[in-house]
Amino acid sequence: MQVSNIVNLGIKELRSLARDPMLLVLIVYSFTLAVYTAATAIPETLNKAPIAIVDEDRSPLSARIIGAFYPPLFMPPVLITPAEMDARMDAGLETFALDIPPGFQRDVLAGRQPAIQLNVDATRMTQAFSGSGYIQQIVTGEVNAFIQRHRGDATPPVDLALRVRFNAELNKGWFGSIVQVINQVTMLSIILTGAALIREREHGTIEHLLVMPVTPFEIMTAKIWSMALVVLVACAFSLVFVVQGLLAVPIQGSVALFLAGAALHLFATTSMGIFLGTVARSMPQFGMLLILVMVPLQMLSGGTTPRESMPEVVQDVMLAAPTTHFVALAQAILFRGAGLDVVWPQFLALVVIGVILFGLSLARFRRTIAQMS
Amino acid sequence: MTGAAEGSALPAVARLRDVGLAYGKVRAIDRVSLDLPAGRVVGLIGPDGVGKSSLLSLVAGARAVQDGTVEVLGGSMARAGHRKEVCPRIAYMPQGLGRNLYRSLSIAENLDFFGRLFGQGKAERERRIADLTASTGLAPFIDRPAGKLSGGMKQKLGLCCALIHDPDLLILDEPTTGVDPLSRRQFWDLIDRIRAGRPGMSVVVATAYMEEAARFDWLVAMDEGRVLATGSPPELLERTGTATLEDAFIGLMPEEKRRGRQPVEIVPRPEEEGGIVIEATGLTMRFGDFVAVDHVSLQIRRGEIFGFLGSNGCGKTTTMKMLTGLLQPSEGEARLFGQPVDARNIATRRQVGYMSQAFSLYSELTIRQNLELHARLFQVAEDVLPGRVAEVAERFGLADVMHALPDTLPLGQRQRLSLAVAMVHRPAMLILDEPTSGVDPIARDDFWRIMIGLARRDRVTIFVSTHFMNEAERCDRISLMHAGRVLVSDTPAGLVRQRGADTLEDAFIGYLEDAVGGHAESAAAVRENPEPAPSASLSPASPSPASTPGERAAERVFNPRRMLSYTLLEALELRRDPIRATLALVGSILLLFIMGYGISMDVEDLSFAVLDRDQTSTSRDYELDLAGSRYFVERPPIADYEDLDRRMRAGDLSLAIEIPPGFGRDVARGRAVQIGAWIDGSMPQRAETVRGYVQGMHSQWLAARTGASGLAAIEIRYRYNPDVESLKAIVPAVIPILLLLIPAMLAALSVVREKELGSIVNLYVTPVTRLEFLLGKQLPYVGLALLNFLLMIALAATVFGVPPTGNVLALCAGAVLYTMAATAMGLLMSTFMRSQIAAIFGTAIATLIPATQYSGMIDPVSSLEGVAAFIGRIYPTTHFLAISRGVFSKSLGFEDLPWSFLPLLIAIPVLIGLSAVLLKKQES
Repeated sequence: MQVSNIVNLGIKELRSLARDPMLLVLIVYSFTLAVYTAATAIPETLNKAPIAIVDEDRSPLSARIIGAFYPPLFMPPVLITPAEMDARMDAGLETFALDIPPGFQRDVLAGRQPAIQLNVDATRMTQAFSGSGYIQQIVTGEVNAFIQRHRGDATPPVDLALRVRFNAELNKGWFGSIVQVINQVTMLSIILTGAALIREREHGTIEHLLVMPVTPFEIMTAKIWSMALVVLVACAFSLVFVVQGLLAVPIQGSVALFLAGAALHLFATTSMGIFLGTVARSMPQFGMLLILVMVPLQMLSGGTTPRESMPEVVQDVMLAAPTTHFVALAQAILFRGAGLDVVWPQFLALVVIGVILFGLSLARFRRTIAQMS
Repeated sequence: MTGAAEGSALPAVARLRDVGLAYGKVRAIDRVSLDLPAGRVVGLIGPDGVGKSSLLSLVAGARAVQDGTVEVLGGSMARAGHRKEVCPRIAYMPQGLGRNLYRSLSIAENLDFFGRLFGQGKAERERRIADLTASTGLAPFIDRPAGKLSGGMKQKLGLCCALIHDPDLLILDEPTTGVDPLSRRQFWDLIDRIRAGRPGMSVVVATAYMEEAARFDWLVAMDEGRVLATGSPPELLERTGTATLEDAFIGLMPEEKRRGRQPVEIVPRPEEEGGIVIEATGLTMRFGDFVAVDHVSLQIRRGEIFGFLGSNGCGKTTTMKMLTGLLQPSEGEARLFGQPVDARNIATRRQVGYMSQAFSLYSELTIRQNLELHARLFQVAEDVLPGRVAEVAERFGLADVMHALPDTLPLGQRQRLSLAVAMVHRPAMLILDEPTSGVDPIARDDFWRIMIGLARRDRVTIFVSTHFMNEAERCDRISLMHAGRVLVSDTPAGLVRQRGADTLEDAFIGYLEDAVGGHAESAAAVRENPEPAPSASLSPASPSPASTPGERAAERVFNPRRMLSYTLLEALELRRDPIRATLALVGSILLLFIMGYGISMDVEDLSFAVLDRDQTSTSRDYELDLAGSRYFVERPPIADYEDLDRRMRAGDLSLAIEIPPGFGRDVARGRAVQIGAWIDGSMPQRAETVRGYVQGMHSQWLAARTGASGLAAIEIRYRYNPDVESLKAIVPAVIPILLLLIPAMLAALSVVREKELGSIVNLYVTPVTRLEFLLGKQLPYVGLALLNFLLMIALAATVFGVPPTGNVLALCAGAVLYTMAATAMGLLMSTFMRSQIAAIFGTAIATLIPATQYSGMIDPVSSLEGVAAFIGRIYPTTHFLAISRGVFSKSLGFEDLPWSFLPLLIAIPVLIGLSAVLLKKQES
């Protein structure tokens, strides 16, 4: 193995990339605007949830309840008639429709425990659940407060003091921006190495390298260090200037430790890119493979929905995916301020996954390149 | 100008006045005025990079006119209307073997494609295909894919494709470059026969072979973007007082360029025999049933120049690849310097210089960077490196262009660079695969002077393949290869003597004809059919059925037949690449399963632990409430605050509960007491769920304790999915996402691939309109996507148990519109981007995130903010997601969903229209 070959070939990769202005524009876009847009898409877990209220009571209490729904959690409630409710929910205009029955205030005051009906559009996934929790709380709170004013009751004897750590306001953008950076890192590193390998195969330049005193190991290592470096720099820039700067997300832990984790992640994903580049025989096939790989990596890594919500089997299978560990270590380091003593299992997992993928690609490299075209 | 004056005596097929063309700063054509006479064979001759190809592409209308006027067939080619009018009368065959053909399509399918492009009916196409293939001898191979044809056959097929619409003007750009002598001779015989049948047809040819140019009626000699002289071959010979056209051309060049030019001197090889450097014994390569190389044995001695001749695809390249270790032979052995060839032997590789047929240069690196990279890879020491690079640059005449990029150089210079790269480490042996193919005579001579110097002075062993006879004559020994076997090996003079022929070319054609005749029956061996069926003649054009002017005008804008030709093409290419179609179908099913089961709204098994400072039955009762629920899993109790902090930081706990001392006592006495709860907020969505669960459980516990329920009850009705089953919510949302990602990625490469591979020229020079081109390419992908869709809803209804409850017809109609929009997005990327990588990257960026995050799958679009909200509102997935959920879960039909159909109906023409605007009908 010649270290100089690895260095020289890597510099060649960097120069090639510098000659493709469109790719550079896309890289810059994906680490700045794309991150910013995604992070600011949903500022809170529950944001501007659309709600309609059927007020059949028209009492001070029902007015009080209506007045308790306001932005940013909820859109100002739309007051509708019972007849309109079904059509509006069918059309997806509102996620929630709250029906306050006639005589509600009277029944509450009389202690008859009247029921309010809350209709939830269950197709709306997460909003349906977090939103209905909030609505229950708000309605109960308003009813209690109303009664207290009337009767002067004491607070409930056992209070639950809820505190959210690491992100007190549950600002979704904090986590969202990091997940976005992670997604871009994964996608870009796979495309840069995999598609570039296929382009070299289609243009015959890789074949030329193989008759020179250069080993496949050197060629692969050169691709990995150079492309990983590009993505790592982009990732660091994005984290410091977009996430910490523009989005003002407070980072608890060490950025350097996070970047070290990112470097290990890149080792795994660039190896995966090369592996896909040896599996696909043409660029269109690579495009298909990319979608097949990216969707699970993005959706099931724990960045989009919590890992706890996945079936046991999926959770176990996804342990083989580098993104799962990267998302976990990013959460731990950046938000919980964890150190290496905490995240070492993730680091180790990334190394193991990377070594396996690298070994697989190395085994396929010479065999498949010779079969091309 | 001489050209204009002379040409004006004859009726002209094309008139050029002050035509100029520049690529960036490089001037390819410099104020050329020229009339090309009609009804003749006009030849363009000159070195590489003098503007021959540029001139032809301007005349063909493939490239946009920059300066001056180009009039072809009586109108200006700058006018789109005129181009449209005359393009059915022009045929253009671009440079490069089979560049405008589709490799995976068979001969018949390629011809059929071009016939449809010119609007021919089925019967007409069949008749013409039969005629053309019979007269060119391609008929026996009609079902063979174009990619598997030899170079000569590819060019014949290219010619057939050009002739299918009976053009009045046939433009051929170096049609015989890289083709063996026998096929070349057959090609020109064919052109002669065709012209005999259609005397009015004008032919314009660019060529690098001077011996071919001698057959033409009228010649245009070009140099550095200018016309040097025009006239018939005898006139040019007379004017320069020379005997051959090659000399005549050199005589026409300006004085300073002529200086120092002399014929290549062949230094005889010294008698003393060197050791054997290259040795092959019984080398055989099989690809499946196909025997590419059949027991080839050869021995090449030190300092020898060994020539390898044969038609394209006869196994020369494969043999060379086995010698370099790129391919593992199926049988036999190869030895270099007495050592068996081993792909892992780095030491041998250091002594070998290899130049492959495709220029294996990095087009993104400058000449200097290319040279330095290769020198470093061959471990040339850093201290001698600058000297070495300067030395080869000097030797190969590259010193002036060190900072240029290879693609901006003419072919001849690029070829020299390739050789310089192969030589920079001073190898003892060179393997050169057709190093001079496509290089003009002057550059070729320079090249050979260098090679002879290397062999004689530095005793470098050279193994070279070529198509040029005068190059073959310069070799010490040559082998003729055909259909994977070496027919004969000897010195050039010896071969001519043995055969009793006048020239080496005649000797070779003799050997080839013998070989072909002998193997005519064997399918694997037959490359060419030397005897075209004599009876078939190219019948003159039968006029298409008369149509009214109105119809013709309408046809000019949109002709379904032309569109379908691209549909058929794309569908065939998709069928020939079954892996891609399978990936698309299996992939969407696989992803439906993964996402359907993987994403769930139920968050369970959240870890929690308690810091219980009370340790009474009441506090334990509270804990048991949490631990007993299916949402939480209890971890060992927390010891103190430090422990709590550490475990939360490590992510071991999603929830920590602190019960204060005296809790049980205070509760019993009705005193106010506070339970503390900490939630890990690093993943907000999970934290939100935890908060909901804890609050719910706390109030339940309270209610159970006090025995009194609240003041008012809230009954929650989960509509459309009363049992809150995850699958029911997820499946209808995942289908639209997959139906975007996969079809968009399929379509994303369709146009940009033609750009990279060169067949886009068919759009430039045939009557097909941009709309026909785009819609034609889109249709097969819409079809595949709909198949995908049907599979997915079938799976949803059966395996997942989520059948559509509403109007299935509405769902299908929505899917048709949606897949059209999805593939149109791919097409838009494909027309916008210039490289396949950028198209893949761009499509991934434009689809993955907006579809999964901004289209309402997880958070409703109405709750989004900023740019994401804007994207979400106009994004097609948002609207099909509404249709999908409406029909699957809400029992809706057409009448309930007009506002979801409308945006899709608008998106399709907008996306296709944008693509059409971005797609160029001419190269600029």
